[in-house]
Amino acid sequence: MRKVVIAGAGMTRFTGKQPRTAIELFGDAASEAINECGIQPRQVQALFMGNFMGDFEEGQAHIQAFTADYLGLAGIPANRYENACASASAAIRDAFIWVASGQYDIVLAGGAECATKMGTPLATRTFAMASDSRYEYAAGVTFPGVFAMLAHLYARRYNIPLETLKNQLYQVSINSHYYGARNPRAQFQKELTLEDARKSPVVASPLQLADCCPFTDGAAVLVIASEDAARKLTKKPVLIAGVGQASAGNLLSQKEFLPRIRSRELAAEQSYKMSGLGPKDIGVVELHDCFSIAALIALEGLGFFPYGTSGRAVEKGETKIGGKIALNPSGGLKAKGHPVGATGAAQAFEIVRQLRGECGERQVEGVKVGMTDTLGGDGGTLCNMILRCGW
Amino acid sequence: MEAKLTFKEYNENLKQGRLSGLKCSSCGEVSAQPRLICAKCGGSQLEALELKGSGAIQTFTVNYVAAEGRESEIPYIVAIVELDEGPWVMGNIGGLKPEEAGMDIMGRKVRMDGTAVFAGDRYSSGEIARPVFRLL
Repeated sequence: MRKVVIAGAGMTRFTGKQPRTAIELFGDAASEAINECGIQPRQVQALFMGNFMGDFEEGQAHIQAFTADYLGLAGIPANRYENACASASAAIRDAFIWVASGQYDIVLAGGAECATKMGTPLATRTFAMASDSRYEYAAGVTFPGVFAMLAHLYARRYNIPLETLKNQLYQVSINSHYYGARNPRAQFQKELTLEDARKSPVVASPLQLADCCPFTDGAAVLVIASEDAARKLTKKPVLIAGVGQASAGNLLSQKEFLPRIRSRELAAEQSYKMSGLGPKDIGVVELHDCFSIAALIALEGLGFFPYGTSGRAVEKGETKIGGKIALNPSGGLKAKGHPVGATGAAQAFEIVRQLRGECGERQVEGVKVGMTDTLGGDGGTLCNMILRCGW
Repeated sequence: MEAKLTFKEYNENLKQGRLSGLKCSSCGEVSAQPRLICAKCGGSQLEALELKGSGAIQTFTVNYVAAEGRESEIPYIVAIVELDEGPWVMGNIGGLKPEEAGMDIMGRKVRMDGTAVFAGDRYSSGEIARPVFRLL
């Protein structure tokens, strides 16, 4: 296996409803990534593109072929990845494997989504398609509902009074917005007050609107290259030190593990093993906070805090920049936004920028190793990645 | 490997108030959804059985934001029940006002008391039933 690096990274600003197509958004992010490392589009040998719901957003399936054409990629192989919220992460992982194998030297991987084109009722319906249509959606569960059930289960399993947990969850969202307010590419560039969080409407008990990430349009793209090829492209190659991916059945099939997400723990084991690193080595993490409770579950599943204790750690400031682990300095899915098929690439974009020291007032000083973690559906797909400075 | 229970059979049985499942001949694990292989031990000899429909609530939510086409149903309680035979199933809780559902219902014993049917929409492949439980 050859060493593989991220030679360039691009990302659009994440927004609510906007007029451009997912292909155009992908094009913007790809241009930034390509220009950053000075390659020509015709040097790209394959395209791996995450896209969750183009079929419903723009009546566009098979978007990868038209994206490759739009970018002038001259007939190269192009694949679409649909792994729900983990689509782009699965695309990046496959790009890594293809480059590591020696088949390709330079590949584009990322994702694009125009979720807001659907409107909330249709988006709620289509997002629920990533849970099990036979045994979950029939009962009326939506995505907030999935994580709401995990929140109740978490409170009971770890014997945390719901009121205490709720306050911890508000703090998760307040922290996300604090960083979002400092990220010029975030959808919500404004802070959230405790009062506003408390007053927000209940979506699925116990979760309120302040616990939920928004629907988002946006794209993020990486240039993935072999270490050798990248020498000519960048002075700051970001090494993909470890990757992991795992799957699981619906929530009901995960009964012994919940509220832990078994697929996360399997994937993290792979990432840590491949990189030879552990949770203590990670300085910054971009993890899957689609709902506030999901951030607590992820912090524990990745090994940063013991089970049932990450809410208290958040309250004590241990997940802020300067704390034990810098959590989602981009603002996370909550404040930066969650264009589903692009999210994993956007997480990697933030880690790349953090490792290069380009994040301004939300920079984690001197950070050398970062991690991404992306959860698809109700744990059906889980991908994570460990990135480190390659210079 | 042979399918001993199809989704169609499971769904038709459920519509008629019968919750069906599979039991692994090797390890005894019971599944409340059709599958080819035992999730616990990997055994391929599964036998269909009827589940009693009694169990305890593991977790729940009250849903206030509907997906397209299900606006008339909100608010409603979604719950995961661990059946006495072991598997978890998702359904609704009847006979309890949604606004009165709190964490005190977690762990409470329930029994299946009929089913409700999602009529399907333009995206789904027809009617799909789910169990409705009642607190004991």
